[in-house]
Amino acid sequence: MSHAGGNGFLLEGVRRLGSGAIFFIQLLVACVPACGRPRLLAHQIYNAGARSLIIIMLAGLFVGMVLGLQGFDLLQRFGSEESLGIAAALGLLRELAPVITALLFAGRAGTALTSEIGLMRATDQLTAMEIMAVDPMRYVAAPRFLGGVIAMPLLTAVFSVIGLFGAQLIGVQLMGVDRGVFWSQTQGSVGLRDVTEGMVKSLVFGITCSLIAVHEGYYAAPTAEGVALATTRTVVASSVLTLLLDYVLTAEFL
Amino acid sequence: MVDVRDVHYAVSGRPIFSGLSLTVRAGRITAVMGPSGTGKTTLLRLITAQIAADGGQVVVFGDDLATLSGNEIYALRRRMGMLFQNGALLTGMDVFDNVAFPVREHTDLPEALIRTLVLTKLQAVGLRGAADLMPAELSGGMARRVALARAIVMDPEVLIYDEPFVGLDPISLGVIQRLIKHMNQALGITSIVVSHDVGELAAIADDSYLLEGGRVAAAGPPAELRASDSPAVRQFMTGSAEGPVAFHYPAPDYAAQLFGTEGS
Repeated sequence: MSHAGGNGFLLEGVRRLGSGAIFFIQLLVACVPACGRPRLLAHQIYNAGARSLIIIMLAGLFVGMVLGLQGFDLLQRFGSEESLGIAAALGLLRELAPVITALLFAGRAGTALTSEIGLMRATDQLTAMEIMAVDPMRYVAAPRFLGGVIAMPLLTAVFSVIGLFGAQLIGVQLMGVDRGVFWSQTQGSVGLRDVTEGMVKSLVFGITCSLIAVHEGYYAAPTAEGVALATTRTVVASSVLTLLLDYVLTAEFL
Repeated sequence: MVDVRDVHYAVSGRPIFSGLSLTVRAGRITAVMGPSGTGKTTLLRLITAQIAADGGQVVVFGDDLATLSGNEIYALRRRMGMLFQNGALLTGMDVFDNVAFPVREHTDLPEALIRTLVLTKLQAVGLRGAADLMPAELSGGMARRVALARAIVMDPEVLIYDEPFVGLDPISLGVIQRLIKHMNQALGITSIVVSHDVGELAAIADDSYLLEGGRVAAAGPPAELRASDSPAVRQFMTGSAEGPVAFHYPAPDYAAQLFGTEGS
């Protein structure tokens, strides 16, 4: 029984992976004409990006402040608290900003995308488009996917900047690290490679999270329960894959 | 205009159609009737190429749908309009933009011309004054009329109505009924109306088909169907619970199940 259950789980996993891969190829094909619709694209970048700004800025500030506190406490033990700027900048740029932004994106923009497309499916809006000879893949899925992919690196950059400001606020203003040392050490030690690592990660997370959100919405069962399940799957799959891919990418960059 | 020839279709092994054949003639209103669950909506999905038949042919505008590519199916759908049961309006845009949507997607007409076109269609369904409302602000009947305006905005040759009378108050019902007749007579649109509201259909349909058991049980003008000798046709047309079409879904013996002596 458990053997059969295990097989069923495995088969379902393989089926989902296959469905996701085919959907990704169809989506990439649909992205070409979608790029020629700047208004549609701008609207989706606004939805996924601008509307996530508040939560990203707040999270960035608090994560940076915690990093300032913890970093100062740790570095003080070795008498090198002036390195706080480097620690905070590298931690944020390479790791915390892309990962936490992706997790927050999955929770805010990802769920919104899934439930919106799922409800469009449940209320026959996607079918109506097909009957009107408008491909919902081009009109609905591709612009939302592209919007998410473009918004993620931008949100990550905002997270990094606000986080660094938060670390500086605690380290310099509260703990008394010299402002000049903090910034000069940061400027001297952070290289293009560190920024690239963060941006590549955020781009990969953007593609992953947006693909999952759009795919789950597009194939959600057209019922209230189906849309709820799809939304849950978006958060779970996006979060797990983000952390898994983070490890792979970190190992690749180091 | 639409020819369904010996179509077979099954869902998860359960046959929906087994040898269904019917013809929709150009310029006429054709009613497709039948009890719930006889596959009326499935028939519409076959005609609009949302699903493919397991066997037989569905010929629309002279083309066998099974032989058409994705792009050819989209080209064919541009010649059709469909009114969904729930309207299926795009909830993110107002009434005006909903009606303008197919025009903007398929043509490069200037905005001034689109405005004239949309207002003309909204006037035809009596909702020119509701152009700025969002779909959530409309009643069920209004939403269906907006959807009708959207369905005719590209001047289709065939207009398909899926259960257009369900859940409407008598006034909205009468309005929709008149609109279907008007679209057919004034614009010459071939209409396919799927419904189980016998009385409403009888008043407007030129031809009618009654589906039962995956096939056409009776065909002809509604008046002819009413006078039919067939017990199944008579039962449906008069709305009787007694007759060859069982009201109850197959179940074990009632008394045995109530008193727990069955199957336990």
